[in-house]
Amino acid sequence: MTTGTPVIEVQHLTKRYRDTLAVDDVSFTIEKDTIYGLLGRNGAGKTTVMSILTAQNFATSGDVRVFGMHPYENAKVLSRMCFVRESQKYPDDALPRHAFASARLFFPNWDQEFAERLIDEFQLPMKRRIKKLSRGQLSAVGVIIGLAARAEITFFDEPYLGLDAVARQIFYDRLLEDYAEHPRTVILSSHLIDEVSNLIERVLVIDRGRIVMNESTDAVRDRAANIVGDARAVDAFVAGREVIHRETLGTVASVTVLGRLTADDRAQLAAAGLDVAPVSLQQLIVRTTQHAAESSPAASGTIPADIDEGALR
Amino acid sequence: MIDEGRALFLQIAERLEDQIIDGTLPEEAQAPSTNELAAFYRINPATAAKGIAMLVDKDVLYKRRGIGMFVAPGARERLLGERRAAFADRYVDPLLVEARKLGLDADDLALLIRDRASAHGAVTEGNAR
Repeated sequence: MTTGTPVIEVQHLTKRYRDTLAVDDVSFTIEKDTIYGLLGRNGAGKTTVMSILTAQNFATSGDVRVFGMHPYENAKVLSRMCFVRESQKYPDDALPRHAFASARLFFPNWDQEFAERLIDEFQLPMKRRIKKLSRGQLSAVGVIIGLAARAEITFFDEPYLGLDAVARQIFYDRLLEDYAEHPRTVILSSHLIDEVSNLIERVLVIDRGRIVMNESTDAVRDRAANIVGDARAVDAFVAGREVIHRETLGTVASVTVLGRLTADDRAQLAAAGLDVAPVSLQQLIVRTTQHAAESSPAASGTIPADIDEGALR
Repeated sequence: MIDEGRALFLQIAERLEDQIIDGTLPEEAQAPSTNELAAFYRINPATAAKGIAMLVDKDVLYKRRGIGMFVAPGARERLLGERRAAFADRYVDPLLVEARKLGLDADDLALLIRDRASAHGAVTEGNAR
């Protein structure tokens, strides 16, 4: 739970691959014992940021501190972090038990009993080589290591690929249960925003190499609304407000506005016969990133700071 | 079970208030713990804790050190008062808006309500027998 103590501090982090800017002058902090959702489109820079934080990739410039220290070749830091990669490679002849045995050696808080319970629940075939496992079973290996390692900071990079709905629910349930008993920092990158929206305490949205949102999930939920009704009445209401999305059907308009609605606003809406529909976290993030893209003069370039902020507030 | 778009901790607090109002969670009874709420609603424990903290601030729940949260004496009465005060805004105003749209005036509505109320009364009596 949020304590206000940062475990990760990132200052002006930039990562450039030849001619592409994967991470663009990003600064943020990650608080202790909090579950974060790291959300963003493919290629937004999620995996790059996580690899740099876990010292599996180098920054072009900027400063990264984990537990107040530099993570590179720093065993004191690395054994306290676990990075579950979507594309984790294992030796050709490795069995799942080899992967678990090395994890057990590496992570000081490893819980073998918990690992075995998870192996049962995910019905992981222990005698088959990892290379021969299905995509879902391979994901299960990563999820089991990430959970049973009980590292102080755990990164899950889209850990659910190939996992069916039942297996994903097992993952979410065990994560919440174990987090409640052993609070720690978890950074969960996901496309399935609606599935994880109730698990995460803070939302970190990355869009084209920039952090465009870093705030509590509750605050995000409250900050936009869909106004639906007669187009003229809707327009009259939204005048002067920040509109991030607009759809019309005949004379009916549905407009997403940013900003918390006051009691006065609600009374005004009721009097005008307009409906207010909530905006889900997924809709809000899709619309915020779309809005930023539309406002940006150069579609593939960097976003000017003022427009970026406009999309946020 | 949980609707999107509204702060989750408010929804958790409201669920607990509903249980206190309808008597499933009587005064001086122990309220569910943060972790129980988190597991049941599948939400982050910090969110559940925020909902409980809100009810403690409102004097609906109180803490017994080392044991847990309990429903405060007089909580039900206070919640009833609060909900009754909000009733007109939450239910009557939208009803009037819809009625006006359909060309029903206040008298038509009053008649409808009395009519429905007696129908409900008959059903309840029927069930009681």
